[in-house]
Amino acid sequence: MKRKLEISERIFKVISYTFLCLFALACLYPFLYAVSAAISGAHAVDYCEVVLFPKDIQFDAFAKMFNDNMFWNSYSNTLFLTFYGTVWALFVAILGAYALSKKRLLFRRAFNFFLVFTMLFSAGLVPQYLNYLATKDVFNAVGITDDKWLVVIAMGMAAMNIILLRNAFEGVPSEIEEAAIVDGATEFQVLRKVYIPMCKSTIATVTLFFALSRWNGYFWARQMISNSNEHPLQVFIRLRLEQYTDPEQMAGWNEVFSSDSVIYALIVCSIVPILIIYPFIQKYFAKGVNAGGVKE
Amino acid sequence: MATKAADFLIYDAQAGVYRENPEQIVRDDVEKHYWKHVCLTILKDWRLYVMLVPMLLVFLFWRYLPMYELLGCFKVPDEVKPVAEQYFSGFSYFKSLLAGTDATEFWRALRNTFLLSFYGLCFGFPMPIILALFFNEIRSNIVRSTCQVLTYLPKFMSTVVMTSLVTMLVKQGALTSGYGIISQALEALGIISQDVAYKGLLNNPDFFRVIYQVSGIWEGAGYDSIVYFAAIIAISPTSYEAAQIDGAGKMSQMRYVVLPGILSTVVIMLITRIGALLNIGYEKVLLLYNTNTYVTADVVSTFAQRKGIEGGQKGLASAAEMMNNVISMLLVISANTIARKASDTSLY
Repeated sequence: MKRKLEISERIFKVISYTFLCLFALACLYPFLYAVSAAISGAHAVDYCEVVLFPKDIQFDAFAKMFNDNMFWNSYSNTLFLTFYGTVWALFVAILGAYALSKKRLLFRRAFNFFLVFTMLFSAGLVPQYLNYLATKDVFNAVGITDDKWLVVIAMGMAAMNIILLRNAFEGVPSEIEEAAIVDGATEFQVLRKVYIPMCKSTIATVTLFFALSRWNGYFWARQMISNSNEHPLQVFIRLRLEQYTDPEQMAGWNEVFSSDSVIYALIVCSIVPILIIYPFIQKYFAKGVNAGGVKE
Repeated sequence: MATKAADFLIYDAQAGVYRENPEQIVRDDVEKHYWKHVCLTILKDWRLYVMLVPMLLVFLFWRYLPMYELLGCFKVPDEVKPVAEQYFSGFSYFKSLLAGTDATEFWRALRNTFLLSFYGLCFGFPMPIILALFFNEIRSNIVRSTCQVLTYLPKFMSTVVMTSLVTMLVKQGALTSGYGIISQALEALGIISQDVAYKGLLNNPDFFRVIYQVSGIWEGAGYDSIVYFAAIIAISPTSYEAAQIDGAGKMSQMRYVVLPGILSTVVIMLITRIGALLNIGYEKVLLLYNTNTYVTADVVSTFAQRKGIEGGQKGLASAAEMMNNVISMLLVISANTIARKASDTSLY
């Protein structure tokens, strides 16, 4: 009896090791393939001779992209949107979450409902589109003609993140706050010197969520930013993909690298910065999920 | 509120008489002049309420004003007049969607929306649980964290990058080039014919759902497994020891210790998932579908995007999405109520 159990255990172990390794490799493979395909020769990519390792190595696809001004433009636009978008969202979310976390706040339940309702019901794409168009007119009338500010200010606020922050602030013992107030701290000082340092890791998680959603934002940026010089990276990648996979536009293509290599090079370039910071932010990312089970 | 005599009068032992309770006088005053007291409280604590203002404004302008624009689906569209002054047109858009000229497309979109999430529930939902169970089996920390880090990785990719990769990996063949590497692999394995592979899997309506689910699992399963893995780790080692002493093998431990341990997490996640059945991300579909695959790929939000933003039929598109979102909201609320009843955890 005992022996039989051991065998089943061993089989299970073998299965789990193989399955996980295969799954992990499957997660990694497309990226490796993208790198290889980006630096392989035209014939090798077009006829799928590249499987894992690059063939007829060239770096002209990268060079073509790096010489493209639009690429650098879109990169700086994405950095702009990510930086200012995250700062603005954090500013709004931290102040709001702090106020909501206070039991003495009047109409606290109503404010909470105001927030949560946006998670339950959304007006949909078309009303939002009309609303952003109207906002754009208002912004233009005020003198802000750069559509990036519209994307920064109007979009990307998530009720979920505010609730995560609120729950973290609620966890701070009220004695500490009272002690600070006795010492003569004002509301803003309490927030800055007590709450923010004590909830550092949640704030890091929320910052990460905001920044990722800004970095990855595509649809509204494409709809709302009319000047193609202001397009962020994601829109740029998509437009290039549409252009390079259209056989008619690519008919006269005659280079040492395949037109696909340019797309792969673009994909690699958009992933690299994330890969560089990934080891540092990974733990906050995992933390966010576990904090997801929230309660009012 | 039941009031007692002691609320109004308190005994003053020094003077030996009953006096009016000063706290109750304040309470009475608050009841009489409610709004005055509200204003006083806000004024005294004005900093706290100032902090709320930016958040309230952001949500008011860009979350609640669009809901007001929804009125447009009952009105005759007019470029000049604001929504409130447009002429009321009754339920013509709803009629047209449910049983009129746009009925076939709308029902198709609704069905696709439901089916895409339903298949996600069937195939995408169990995957992270299985992954978490397997992660638990791996004793070596290095191997496990390497695997975990690798499986979380695709979640960091934007939808655009992910769909671009998918598009390239299953792309169609052309005169001067072969087809995508995954299509080649599938053809070599005999799963798809050369003709299908050549035309491109994304141009074939039969493959859209498969591609959608597989890329969804590829992207999200690792990341979603974090929750379950955390639940498994939280199981006390003494439970395993007790089971071992009782003679439980690996399988019985799995059956009687691990599964009950993560059951509540699974139930919550399942209910959430069911609540979100009609709430499907439009970006991924929008980036993956094309005119050839509308039959299986077109969901309500992409239908609305095509009709409303590209085609200019704003009222019709709003009506379509409104129906979808109202049903979706009811689903979420009921799912949440069930979750609250089933266990003490609720989402909101």
